[in-house]
Amino acid sequence: MIKKFKQLAIATSVAAACFGAVLPSAQAAEEQFFMIPSYRVGPYGANGQAFYGGFIDYLSYVNMKGGIDGVQVTWEECETEYNNAKGVECYERMKSKAQKAPGPIHTMATGISYALVDKSAADKLPLAMMGYGLTSAVDGSVFPWAFPLVTTYQMQASAIIKFLKDKNNGSLEGKKIVFLYHDSAYGKEPILALEAEARLGKFELVQIPVAHPGNEQGSQWLRIRQEKPDYVIMWGWGVMNQTALKAAQKVGYPRDKMIGSWWAGSEEDTVPAGDAAKGYMSATWNVAGKGVPLIADIEKTVYGGGKGNLSDKSKLGTVLYNRGVSAAVLSVEALLTAQAKYGKGKAMNAEQVRWGLENLNITEARLRQIGATGLLPDVKTSCSNHEGSGKVKMQQWDGSKWVVLTDWIEGNKQLIHPLFQADAAKYAKEKGVTPRDCSKEK
Amino acid sequence: MQFFLEVLIGGLLSGVMYSLVALGFVLIFKASGVFNFAQGAMVFFAALSLVGFMEKGAPLWLAFVLAFVVMTLFGIATEKFVLRKMVNQPPIALFMATIGLAFFVEGLAPLLWGNAVRPLDIGLVDEPIPWILDNWNMVISSFDLAAAGIAFALVAVLALFFQYTRVGRALRAVADDHQAALSIGIPLQHIWALVWAVAGFVALVAGMLWGSRNGVQFALTFTALKALPVLILGGFTSVPGAIVGGLIIGASEKLAEIYIPPVMAGWFGGNFGGIEGWFPYVLALLFLLVRPEGLFGEKHIDRV
Repeated sequence: MIKKFKQLAIATSVAAACFGAVLPSAQAAEEQFFMIPSYRVGPYGANGQAFYGGFIDYLSYVNMKGGIDGVQVTWEECETEYNNAKGVECYERMKSKAQKAPGPIHTMATGISYALVDKSAADKLPLAMMGYGLTSAVDGSVFPWAFPLVTTYQMQASAIIKFLKDKNNGSLEGKKIVFLYHDSAYGKEPILALEAEARLGKFELVQIPVAHPGNEQGSQWLRIRQEKPDYVIMWGWGVMNQTALKAAQKVGYPRDKMIGSWWAGSEEDTVPAGDAAKGYMSATWNVAGKGVPLIADIEKTVYGGGKGNLSDKSKLGTVLYNRGVSAAVLSVEALLTAQAKYGKGKAMNAEQVRWGLENLNITEARLRQIGATGLLPDVKTSCSNHEGSGKVKMQQWDGSKWVVLTDWIEGNKQLIHPLFQADAAKYAKEKGVTPRDCSKEK
Repeated sequence: MQFFLEVLIGGLLSGVMYSLVALGFVLIFKASGVFNFAQGAMVFFAALSLVGFMEKGAPLWLAFVLAFVVMTLFGIATEKFVLRKMVNQPPIALFMATIGLAFFVEGLAPLLWGNAVRPLDIGLVDEPIPWILDNWNMVISSFDLAAAGIAFALVAVLALFFQYTRVGRALRAVADDHQAALSIGIPLQHIWALVWAVAGFVALVAGMLWGSRNGVQFALTFTALKALPVLILGGFTSVPGAIVGGLIIGASEKLAEIYIPPVMAGWFGGNFGGIEGWFPYVLALLFLLVRPEGLFGEKHIDRV
């Protein structure tokens, strides 16, 4: 028995020595590490599954194509269940691993992002909030480490109003719009913008909150029936969206007068609602379908190579899958931007990644080059503008798929951006942050 | 007045849906004196099994039977692996066991059937009845009426079962005292397995109706949150109490959601609303102060 134990100990030591000899050369390869606080179980697991599946598939795709200019991407997932406390726990667990060469952190949760804005700034780690999160972080002079990229809730709300104006010969004066929202940080974010739009456009705004999780909306829809609004703008998430569509059917409210936010416009929202969803519209910044060359190539390369992240391939090409890919595309483009300044083929440190995110210039030509046309609008960020775009498209559910209705629509920047700046200034004052001078940032 | 009536009727019909979930809690409580924390997870598991079998090609009736078999096996397994060793343990120990069971089921169900949000078509359309809409301009859904009919039928059957069958009487004896029930020859294991299977059946009916309305998804587990104030009001041990409690909670939360926020906004300014998440709990709390055992609950008297 003792002899056997000795043999085992020797064998283990030899194996460890060999592994140790190999390990340094493996470490020597340049690697960029993405911490991924994802959610695949819990109430919003179905949404997270598609989004993070797309995100990771693109990272695998990049690795299979040789990495980011030779730099391999590594990642680690941690399950948050869309829970703020667990999101912070995941962040704390992985942050030391991400210190050396981090990728942008995508939590896909406004609440978790809120909890991480100050922490990530203190730890100097780049936090991406693509289409969610703290919108005042558009002002990069106050929030150097937080990036509400592509477009914010306020700009999205403003773009929806512009879309409705266009449908009504350029004016919503005298109209009534109900804002039906998830009674949470996410749902409340666009209220400021909608109130500003209502004052400017002289339309009536009726705000109706829905208690979490939103699986019972009988009274809200009876009130909507009583109010007789011209349109309902819906800021829902998860079960609230399917419930709203069914409830609208129940009270006979036309679905083609309902416009959802981009988190209320995926197959996960419409398919379970069945016929009740037909005609419903939503904002989006990425198209659905496998018609996007990059999505088709991911299927061929990653799934053809047996490295796909999702066991259910039917998710490929859905709105949220494609959105996950778009988030990963944007992250990789930021790393390429940083490499162009700080050295190609090298892993970027946190400050360099931050600079990459702050100096993005993704043009239509670049998107075409990587086969991602339709996955993102053109994005150009700066110190004073961490959003970089502010454009969305409108799509409509035809009963079986999302159909894009419009070209890119940009919200009213002159109206909305001062709201961000005022909010950011207030935050800076409260927290004692001295804003950077953006004119000195290059 | 017409709008008030519309809200009231809508609330009463919503309350019936809460009662369906509350019934499952009552069954377990009557048999073991334990609040089954896993009931919401059972609703989710049952609905997911139903839709899972339908996706594999089974018609609705067959999928329902198969899902019931799954829930029965689940009930038997719960008795064998969780409850059997806890006979005569304090209720808090059993309660903790059901918390563990809830997390286990919430993980197991998506593992077996996937976590996608699925539609469930049971042939009931959630649309207003045209005749009522045309004559009274009120939205009363045929789906809600059907759900109410199913709930009342279930309550009638279960009430008769508990009142007039030997098994029903045995259940009540077991709930009073495990050890005493065993000593007079009541087969505790069989009784528990049976009652968990019946609770599984109720969860299946509730899951089918809730899933048909909102899609089969994890959020079905939250239906349990709606059932708790219903139980406090109706009493943990009363089957008819679950229905009456559901009606009170459903009607009051809908009326509160419509009529309280404008008053609050008038007093304090700002936007109040979304109160139906917590209002039933406040109501239940107030009710607890007046009648702790609920409307129909058994008054517990200890003789000193």
